Amino acid sequence: MATQRAVRLRINGRDHDLTLDSRVTLLDALREYAGLPGSKKGCDQGQCGACTVHVGGQRVLGCLTLAMQAEGREITTIEGLAAPDGTLHAVQAAFVEHDAFQCGYCTPGQIMSAVACIHEGHAGSDDEIREYMSGNICRCGAYPHIVAAVRDAAARLGKGTSL
Amino acid sequence: MRALEYLRAPDTATALREAAQPGTRFLAGGTTLVDLMKCGVERPARVIDITHLPGLDEVTVSDTAIRIGALAKMSQVAADARVRTVAPVISEALWRAASAQLRNMASIGGNLLQRTRCTYFRDTAAYPNCNKRNPGSGCAAMDGLNRNHAVLGASDACIATYPGDLAVALVAFDATVRIMGRFERVVPVDQFFRLPGDRPDLEHDLAPGEMILGIEIPLSDALRRSHYLKVRDRASYEFAAASAAVGIALEADGRTIREARVALGGVATKPWRARAVEQALAGKPLNEAVIRDAAAQAMAGAQAREHNAYKIALAPKVVARALMSAGGIA
Repeated sequence: MATQRAVRLRINGRDHDLTLDSRVTLLDALREYAGLPGSKKGCDQGQCGACTVHVGGQRVLGCLTLAMQAEGREITTIEGLAAPDGTLHAVQAAFVEHDAFQCGYCTPGQIMSAVACIHEGHAGSDDEIREYMSGNICRCGAYPHIVAAVRDAAARLGKGTSL
Repeated sequence: MRALEYLRAPDTATALREAAQPGTRFLAGGTTLVDLMKCGVERPARVIDITHLPGLDEVTVSDTAIRIGALAKMSQVAADARVRTVAPVISEALWRAASAQLRNMASIGGNLLQRTRCTYFRDTAAYPNCNKRNPGSGCAAMDGLNRNHAVLGASDACIATYPGDLAVALVAFDATVRIMGRFERVVPVDQFFRLPGDRPDLEHDLAPGEMILGIEIPLSDALRRSHYLKVRDRASYEFAAASAAVGIALEADGRTIREARVALGGVATKPWRARAVEQALAGKPLNEAVIRDAAAQAMAGAQAREHNAYKIALAPKVVARALMSAGGIA
């Protein structure tokens, strides 16, 4: 059975030519094959959001996406968020400013989710931010600071901003 | 996870032809299938990625019905302004389900087919006995931690709860599923889902190799004045402890209920239409006493196990509150 094959994934604007087993998830492809360990493996069951990345401009879970499904689509990870000169994305800067993390393990997923949340126009109030960020679990309980960071970044970026 | 072959189907004809091979599963959003492959519950030898099939992700609204393609995403349908106007219950059921990430992934067809969250079903290593996974092997949930299990529609073989929200709204409003196999056929959503009986492994009316093409929801006054209420342990991103999809159509006097629609989620083995409640409301004045009286009939025939009796008390309150919201008297 042909379970291994060549896959070209376009990640953060760059093509990565990988040879993958059909079972490899997008999350494992990023971390173990493409040298991009920023996306985190929390539950690996689609319950915690630590693996959140953007595929085709939408936030999705890397752990429940087979890497082969992402072939031909634009993938953005936390590594691709800052400007080429290292200037942080407004959401990254807001997380630093508001101390929106403790251990930091869920943070890449929180930030990728927050960027999409603001882009979707779902960051209009604290309640709306809590609802539309509910797919990202923080076991340290940094939620109040995360909400503050998202609110602040949303105000700076304006609704419906580009990713 | 078992080794598997991945194929991407360019069109529906190819997908259906390839699906004829045994051990094949269609793969769309993957939010149920990939998860259950990791648990070892699903063990396909091949998956056919159908997310690139053309023309199956559209939402159209005519004068008589909403048609939703099987590959439309949950988030796409939830945000559709036309759907929100003519069928608020559909949008509400969708955006109260799962998380933003999962709703961006999960297709409408796959959402209907999502499988139970019964811990004993999902945990293949610790619980070999599961009639749904392994027909005839027994049920560990019967005398286990069954707080989330069904009080309606259960059998001696299985008490697993149907986990979805959208399908609850669909059965309340007489939606149909369009299915393609060797020929095309249309099945009411209510008949699409089966009661577990002595074969809980057979959950729906889809034959191997058949594909859901889409769903159709007929428009009605009750659908326009509809609401989905979901009560759960967390405020968001949680399955229902009890939920209700309801709709009310009023007579011209604005005070008399011409027609009511009620279905329940989180309490039954399939999306549960509560026709007794609907009949008790028809022709009655719209007020809290009438609604509470009718809602009390929602749990007729319910049977509790050790930890889930609270659902029998909770569900009629959820139905009543949902009806009062839809009727504008909450």
